Amino acid sequence: MGSAILKVKNLVTSFNTESGRIRAIDDISFELKEKQILGIVGESGCGKSVTALSIMRLLPKPSGVIESGQIMFNHTDIVDLPAEKMHEIRGNRISMIFQEPMTALNPVHRIGKQLGEIFHLHFPDMPKEKIRDESIELLQKVGIPDPESRMNEYPHQISGGMRQRVLIAIALAAKPDILIADEPTTALDVTIQSQILDLMMQLQKETGMAIIFITHALGVIAEICDDVVVMYAGKVAETSPVEHLFEDPKHPYTKGLLTSIPRLESPRKKKLSIIKGMVPSLHELPNGCRFQNRCPEAMEICKTEPPPLKRIADNHFVSCYLY
Amino acid sequence: MSDYLLKVENLKMHFPIHGGIFWRQIGKVFAVDGVSFAVKQGETVGLVGESGCGKTTVGRSILKLYTPTHGKVYFEGKNILELKRKDMQPLRRNMQMIFQDPFESLDARLTIGDIIEEPFLIHSIGNSEERIKNVKKLLNRVGISQNAINNFPHEFSGGQRQRIGIARAIALNPKLIICDEPVSALDVSIQSQILNLLLELQEEMKLTMMFIAHDLAVVKHISDHIAVMYLGKIVEYANADDLYSQPLHPYTRALISAIPVPDPSVKKKRQILSGEVPSPKDPPPGCSFHTRCPIVIDRCKIEDPFLRNMKNTSGNDHQVACHRAGEQ
Ligand SMILES: Nc1ncnc2c1ncn2[C@@H]1O[C@H](COP(=O)(O)OP(=O)(O)O)[C@@H](O)[C@H]1O
Ligand SMILES: Nc1ncnc2c1ncn2[C@@H]1O[C@H](COP(=O)(O)OP(=O)(O)O)[C@@H](O)[C@H]1O
Ligand SMILES: [Mg+2]
Ligand SMILES: [Mg+2]
Repeated sequence: MGSAILKVKNLVTSFNTESGRIRAIDDISFELKEKQILGIVGESGCGKSVTALSIMRLLPKPSGVIESGQIMFNHTDIVDLPAEKMHEIRGNRISMIFQEPMTALNPVHRIGKQLGEIFHLHFPDMPKEKIRDESIELLQKVGIPDPESRMNEYPHQISGGMRQRVLIAIALAAKPDILIADEPTTALDVTIQSQILDLMMQLQKETGMAIIFITHALGVIAEICDDVVVMYAGKVAETSPVEHLFEDPKHPYTKGLLTSIPRLESPRKKKLSIIKGMVPSLHELPNGCRFQNRCPEAMEICKTEPPPLKRIADNHFVSCYLY
Repeated sequence: MSDYLLKVENLKMHFPIHGGIFWRQIGKVFAVDGVSFAVKQGETVGLVGESGCGKTTVGRSILKLYTPTHGKVYFEGKNILELKRKDMQPLRRNMQMIFQDPFESLDARLTIGDIIEEPFLIHSIGNSEERIKNVKKLLNRVGISQNAINNFPHEFSGGQRQRIGIARAIALNPKLIICDEPVSALDVSIQSQILNLLLELQEEMKLTMMFIAHDLAVVKHISDHIAVMYLGKIVEYANADDLYSQPLHPYTRALISAIPVPDPSVKKKRQILSGEVPSPKDPPPGCSFHTRCPIVIDRCKIEDPFLRNMKNTSGNDHQVACHRAGEQ
């Protein structure tokens, strides 16, 4: 078992909004181990992107702030790191692929130019010729056919799948220790998704980097992740190695998710088991557990005190009073 | 009379592409290029395939929201593509659509009460009191509080808006509902709620459905038969269980294999398709899948395979458009 390269401890991130301050993530903790793929899964609005942006220290300013907690990268807490230091880490050590591929690429510059700029940023002494060679090699590595001619194309001239590959290339240019990928396959068709998942696993093996893979699809988690964090309404519901989570889910939310998805092998037209109701708004969170209104096993105590994240086995933590 | 409520024959929808200084037609998008299938009363046919393969265009052409280039659409035995506007009007109430983005399909300035009442008004059904009573009954049926009748669409979550869209679609007791990616934009926990609602309504109202989605697991859950589309054509059509358990087309096999399985103990060997779907503006000659097909032979590059009927090992009819299907 590798040691942790990134430890998030009791992180609280909030936004000042017109209708008051909301805590988008509230006291979350998890670890990313060396050379591993950690999945963060949960429904829209549960705080996945905010978690990623907090780690990158790229929260929208001035509304978004890290209120408290630590983000230990190796042995440094990066929450309070001065901007220049953080800039350096972002460039060289931790890279991110953002959720919207079109906004992440500049539409008026050719792909080769955008990639070249990244190389220039990280390796200012690298000669032009070498930058070009490295760019082509990288595009090749992320599976872009005919990379030399792709260098001259604009982002809108290539398909969604190819754009995602270019973004992966850009994120990899600096040879980061950690890659954070925020829903990199959500907008893609399944056959293209499986190409990209395969590519990410292969790149992880080749480079030895650690990956945080954000998705709302449990199937994707099962296919590529080593560990998983299940989030619900800004909290960690459960975190564990992937096999544990799918074989023996503990949190009623995790159980509900796993039984409610239609599966190819299950009988047709049978009523799916459901999680009743909806996620509470961050503006009107209940006291106690945030899942209580939808939980089939809610008890009195769940209405008063938020459950702490409790260790129930090696590397398996659950925030639920049932345990 | 057959027991098919809907029968589509050789449907084609070619969108013109205009360009140049005189804005002349310079080409065509072969969005739907010869699609045939039939749906029995009370059954659901699923339409699955990757984005751009023509699913939405099939749905919209059937409802005459587009004017198809070619083909026939029989509804209760009548070819509705030939019907005049005034003859079509009474049929419209029997054919409804549910959209992927309920917000886009709901008029933001109307209250949800107005939105659901509208079909009654269009078809001059009932007086004001009766209409309100009906609207409340519908809200109740789809699981939205009657007290919300005067609220606006933006005050609801995605799942609730989809319920409102469903209430409007079932308002006039239609015979056919075409659902275009109705759960694709919803979170998993909400997705299963909506799928259950659709299944209940189908049973209660004896609805015939066409269910369009790109997620094969969802389509299989709700459908009796499934048509797999690729680049404007149906490449395989079969009973939903057979399609999953004994797919005959290499594209169907690849689709099934690409679906991530929520079970890490299943270490399946994935068959990853290389390349991407070609452009429907310039489909490849021969079989349109040949550029990505793992079992392509020379013949596929020249000769476009027909959708032919084979008996599968369950003894059911099973249609496939592949030269190599059935080879030993
Ligand atoms: N810039 C912002 N201002 C205010 N609230 C925000 C902002 N960004 C995100 N949020 C809120 O924080 C919560 C978590 O959002 P996000 O992390 O984007 O969710 P997701 O899990 O879908 O990625 C949501 O309720 C969202 O509305
Ligand atoms: N109104 C239109 N004009 C021109 N091309 C269109 C139009 N609608 C769809 N298309 C094209 O037709 C093809 C099929 O589209 P569509 O039916 O929306 O596919 P799907 O629903 O399977 O994603 C696509 O290439 C799309 O760009
Ligand atoms: Mg997000
Ligand atoms: Mg569509």
